Amino acid sequence: MDTIIELIDVHKSFNTKQVLRGLNLKILRGESMVVVGGSGSGKSVLMKIVIGLLKPDMGKVIVEGEEINKLSGRNLNNFRKKFGMLFQGGALFDSLSVWENVGFALLEHTDLSKEEIRAKASEKLDMVGLQGIEDLMPSELSGGMKKRVALARAIAMEPDILLYDEPTTGLDPIMADVINELILHMKKSLNISSLTITHDMKSAYKIADRMAMLFEGRIIQVGIPEKLQITSNPIVYQFITGSARGPITDKNYQR
Amino acid sequence: MKIKEKLTSTDQKGKRSILEDIGRFFYTFLSEAGEIFILLCQAFFWLFRAPLKWKITLKQMGEVGVNSVPVTLITATFTGMVLALQSYIGFKRFNAETMVGTVVALSMVRELGPVLTGLIVAGRAGSEMAAELGTMKVTEQIDALYTLAVDPIHYLIVPRILAGIIMLPVLTILADFIGIAGGYLLSIKVLKANPVIYMRRTFDHMELSDIYIGLLKSSCFGLIISTVGCHKGLSTEGGAEGVGKATTGAVVLSSMLILISDYILTALLF
Repeated sequence: MDTIIELIDVHKSFNTKQVLRGLNLKILRGESMVVVGGSGSGKSVLMKIVIGLLKPDMGKVIVEGEEINKLSGRNLNNFRKKFGMLFQGGALFDSLSVWENVGFALLEHTDLSKEEIRAKASEKLDMVGLQGIEDLMPSELSGGMKKRVALARAIAMEPDILLYDEPTTGLDPIMADVINELILHMKKSLNISSLTITHDMKSAYKIADRMAMLFEGRIIQVGIPEKLQITSNPIVYQFITGSARGPITDKNYQR
Repeated sequence: MKIKEKLTSTDQKGKRSILEDIGRFFYTFLSEAGEIFILLCQAFFWLFRAPLKWKITLKQMGEVGVNSVPVTLITATFTGMVLALQSYIGFKRFNAETMVGTVVALSMVRELGPVLTGLIVAGRAGSEMAAELGTMKVTEQIDALYTLAVDPIHYLIVPRILAGIIMLPVLTILADFIGIAGGYLLSIKVLKANPVIYMRRTFDHMELSDIYIGLLKSSCFGLIISTVGCHKGLSTEGGAEGVGKATTGAVVLSSMLILISDYILTALLF
């Protein structure tokens, strides 16, 4: 399998705060990579760098052989069509109805008629298990529905890569599992490579082909979920077992 | 000894922090001015780089223009009436009551029409832009636009700036007319002025350039209101509190810039 996304020695800091300090990560074509890490470990920053919303201070981000941090303006915009991103809060446009949200990229980038786009939007909504809500506004939806509509929007342009930003955060356990199932379904049916960031270990084990742990701005371990479970690294062990005592919390006290 | 050391060190800290504050103030002022300028340049380039979003522009024109009509009407009516009343009281002292019409018309068209409309719209539409874009920013909708390969400058900012530039003069024409009408009605009905003489005084001394200058000024105010509103919205950070700050900031900054640029423009266009 070839590499679809590669991050090489990525550094990023905000003012004086160093967030990423030499991050290296490879994501293979067709795999589901899950990056886990504590709050404030730089997971969201990692994701924003991959899609070019933030520029790294140092290092390279290579997506399908192209260096994304060297692109700008229109090229970067076009490059982003390869991606679909599911935001933590859904980030649906409140001023547009559900079908306009799902069909947004199609409305903007294609010459299809409104009826065709509406039909396509319904088809994508059907894929995430939602029917008959095309004309509702985002404010009328529940949290789980919003996430699913956002997922439908992310796959509307049939991207090669999907980015999931904490897909299960803020959902009840059943809805969280529905989302997990959907992520697996997307991978199988559309053959999409994906990068997920989460701190929900249950979800991570379920959807990951490989997992990586982000700590203090670096990836400290990468491997299949089974391998991470029998890790000898005390930091990874503390995180995946969810214990309050261990090297991570000790470090916090030292700060 | 130790206490003394502590004291001197806090002293130094205190001094440094004043200088720091001054420096920080100029730093934020300059960087904000720069950001607004860059936003304006980007909007200008997008205006020619891609076809205009007509539907959104028309919607924003409604938002800025049509929805501001009631407040503009009320403001202009009362301003015209109070102008007539005040200048009547003044002119009566040297028997020049007939000049009231001239003063009301010139003040409305050259100064009060554009400026008061600008201030009212800054409070109504400028704050709305900052609040709406600010909420979109903190809920990641702006980032979502980028990920869907749509540039927020093209999709959100250009329509709003255009709406400001186009609709402010329209509202100003309305305010000019209603203000003059308000002054006329008050003079005729309450102060018992002669309608024919009043009308003649109103239009005899007015030149077309008075109206042009007023409209040109109002167009500049429209640019200020929408650019500042958009800038404050897009630079929002930190949840609901940030949106509140952005909204207040937009109204305060655009109101100040309107008053300052009003003086500069009037001096230049004399």
